[in-house]
Amino acid sequence: MKPGAKILVESLQREGTEIIFGYPGGVVLPIYDELYDSPLRHILVRHEQAAAHAADGYARASGRVGVCLATSGPGACNLVTGIATAYMDSAAIVAITGQVPTNLLGNDAFQESDITGITMPITKHNYLLKSAGDISRVIREAFYIAGTGRKGPVLIDIPKDVSTGLAEDTPLPEKVTLRGYNPTYKGHKRQIDKAVELIVHAERPLIYAGGGVIASDASHELVSLATLLGIPITTTLMGIGCIPCDHPLNLGMLGMHGTEYANFAVMESDLLLAIGARFDDRVTGKIDTFAPHAKIVHIDIDPAEIGKNKRIDVPIVGDVKAVLQDMLSGLKKNTAYEPWLKKIKHWRQHHPLRVKDDGRLHPQQIIRALSELVKGEAVIVSEVGQNQMWTAQHFCFRHPRTWITSGGLGTMGYGFPAAMGAHFARPDVPVFDIAGDGSIQMNIQEMGTVAANKIPVKVAILNNMYLGMVRQWQELFFDRRYSYTELPSVDFVKIANAYGIDGMRVDSPDEVLPALKASLDCDGPFVMDFRIEREENVFPMVPAGAAINEMIGGHPRS
Amino acid sequence: MKPHTLSVLVENRPGVLSRVTGLFSRRGFNIESLAVGTCEEPGMSRITIVVIGDDAKVEQVMKQLHKLIDVIKVSDLTENERVERELALIKVSAEPGTSRAEVMQIAQIFRAQIIDVGSKTVILEVTGDTDKIDALENLLRQFGVKELVRTGRIGILRGSKVVGSSK
Repeated sequence: MKPGAKILVESLQREGTEIIFGYPGGVVLPIYDELYDSPLRHILVRHEQAAAHAADGYARASGRVGVCLATSGPGACNLVTGIATAYMDSAAIVAITGQVPTNLLGNDAFQESDITGITMPITKHNYLLKSAGDISRVIREAFYIAGTGRKGPVLIDIPKDVSTGLAEDTPLPEKVTLRGYNPTYKGHKRQIDKAVELIVHAERPLIYAGGGVIASDASHELVSLATLLGIPITTTLMGIGCIPCDHPLNLGMLGMHGTEYANFAVMESDLLLAIGARFDDRVTGKIDTFAPHAKIVHIDIDPAEIGKNKRIDVPIVGDVKAVLQDMLSGLKKNTAYEPWLKKIKHWRQHHPLRVKDDGRLHPQQIIRALSELVKGEAVIVSEVGQNQMWTAQHFCFRHPRTWITSGGLGTMGYGFPAAMGAHFARPDVPVFDIAGDGSIQMNIQEMGTVAANKIPVKVAILNNMYLGMVRQWQELFFDRRYSYTELPSVDFVKIANAYGIDGMRVDSPDEVLPALKASLDCDGPFVMDFRIEREENVFPMVPAGAAINEMIGGHPRS
Repeated sequence: MKPHTLSVLVENRPGVLSRVTGLFSRRGFNIESLAVGTCEEPGMSRITIVVIGDDAKVEQVMKQLHKLIDVIKVSDLTENERVERELALIKVSAEPGTSRAEVMQIAQIFRAQIIDVGSKTVILEVTGDTDKIDALENLLRQFGVKELVRTGRIGILRGSKVVGSSK
């Protein structure tokens, strides 16, 4: 017989967990006592939200399941934003929370909150444990559910008497069987044949690739398919990295801040292959006008995504990697799309993304300088807003899982803690958090965590003393009435220094590269405060509710 | 927009009803009727839900239901030959004398059982589809319906087809 807490820690190790991000408190004391002399590494964050984001960043950078741990009540509630972020982007995390003892459940006991009730709509599944004997089985199930099918967060709530209660740690079967959970991995043969048939007869095909390609580790298959046939690829924000940025078939991102040529291609294509993507409103703009001439093939592991927003001609439910492998076996080399590719090339030449070079400090230059410096061999995490869009547009990503960002929920404050998690997944490459001065202040307390643990995250703050994206909308759609979007100047280098972190302030373009190099030369964390043009906008831009070829800040249509 | 009767086979676990109903409210559906009970498989329950919505929205909600780990099978009975029933208990004023006799006569026509007789009221038990129960209720109103308790609707496919657990 062993105490539940011991079974928990051993079960986590059995699932291959090497690191936990967490914050102790009353009812998780028995668990923390087991962690004290366990080989499992624990990183003490400064706010539980950061623990959830760090687990998420670890999961996305590694492809494995990330783990976070918090106490009951406020601790558990502080995880909520992180769990919702993971849910919206299908990131595999297991969140473990302490709970008041079972005899006090429902009594409004000290630090009690109904965290399984609260997280029901934002978890793939959750558990409230009642007995120590259930721990090993539930941990195994939780990892299985989080990390398979359409991935997502799973929460396990453990009352204090369950972690102190004694139980046999009975060995479990290797395979998990849940009668209510059987994801479909293999695509239906007849549907795949239909898709192949459409591809063969198309004149203007386009691949629209999303985060599902990355989650399924299918980048290789995707690029093979595209190259074999000569089909151009546009990616969603979450799909960035599935094809190298400078691949001739890569049109970059589509949608609200996509490239003009990607959006034009969508509007003129006659066959859209949506792969691991979900027709989000930031991608489609006005949904009725999206891809008006195209037949649509949709490959996704989640049947509920198919037909949710847009009518689909050929739905294929299955794992993207498996489906693409099957499709590849039915296809031969082809050059029929040359006229289409020529047209796209013309758009690309006449509608490139713009970078100003006028002696002032523009954020796009900073991102491009970083891109040229690290040459794709880094993990880039972003916050949310203009910083995120500039990075998505201008950084040249070469590998999947090197771009980590909060897409679905759009969580400001995600980047810094997620970058900490990403470092533990990829200690072999530098990890950058591209931030704004607004976002960084949402989880700035994590400077304490990176300093104490010497986590070498490089933070690049694109500081415009505004909540930049909101200000941009106010400028364009609210008559420049900057209602509560201006932020006073903050000396981020001094804040960093106070935590014992090195930093550098950058005011002009010629200081950019030296600062970036200094950050790489520094063994530990590093903070760069880039004082950018204050009213720089993210362009091109599709106004909310417009068709995606109606872009502001683009080039005149030739 | 038409009513759909969904039969949802679930793991009989704490919280499962809340997972299922929460999903409906989150996606903007009103549940018209709800019935939950154990079923032929040990450890499972069957939830019968009536919702009104267009086919595409109902299909989406069924897919979302199917994603719940505790949901084993979801079927829309509406597309098939089926039998549906509700049960109601109606406490109606029935003073001894003329009105009591009339209430009992109406009950007989509707094949309702009198399950309790008080000094001033009787209680009727009636099963049937929604229309039948509505009709009885309307007829009894003139005497004074003191209290009406209705179950949610339950449904089953006709013939040998079943909504079973093979997912």
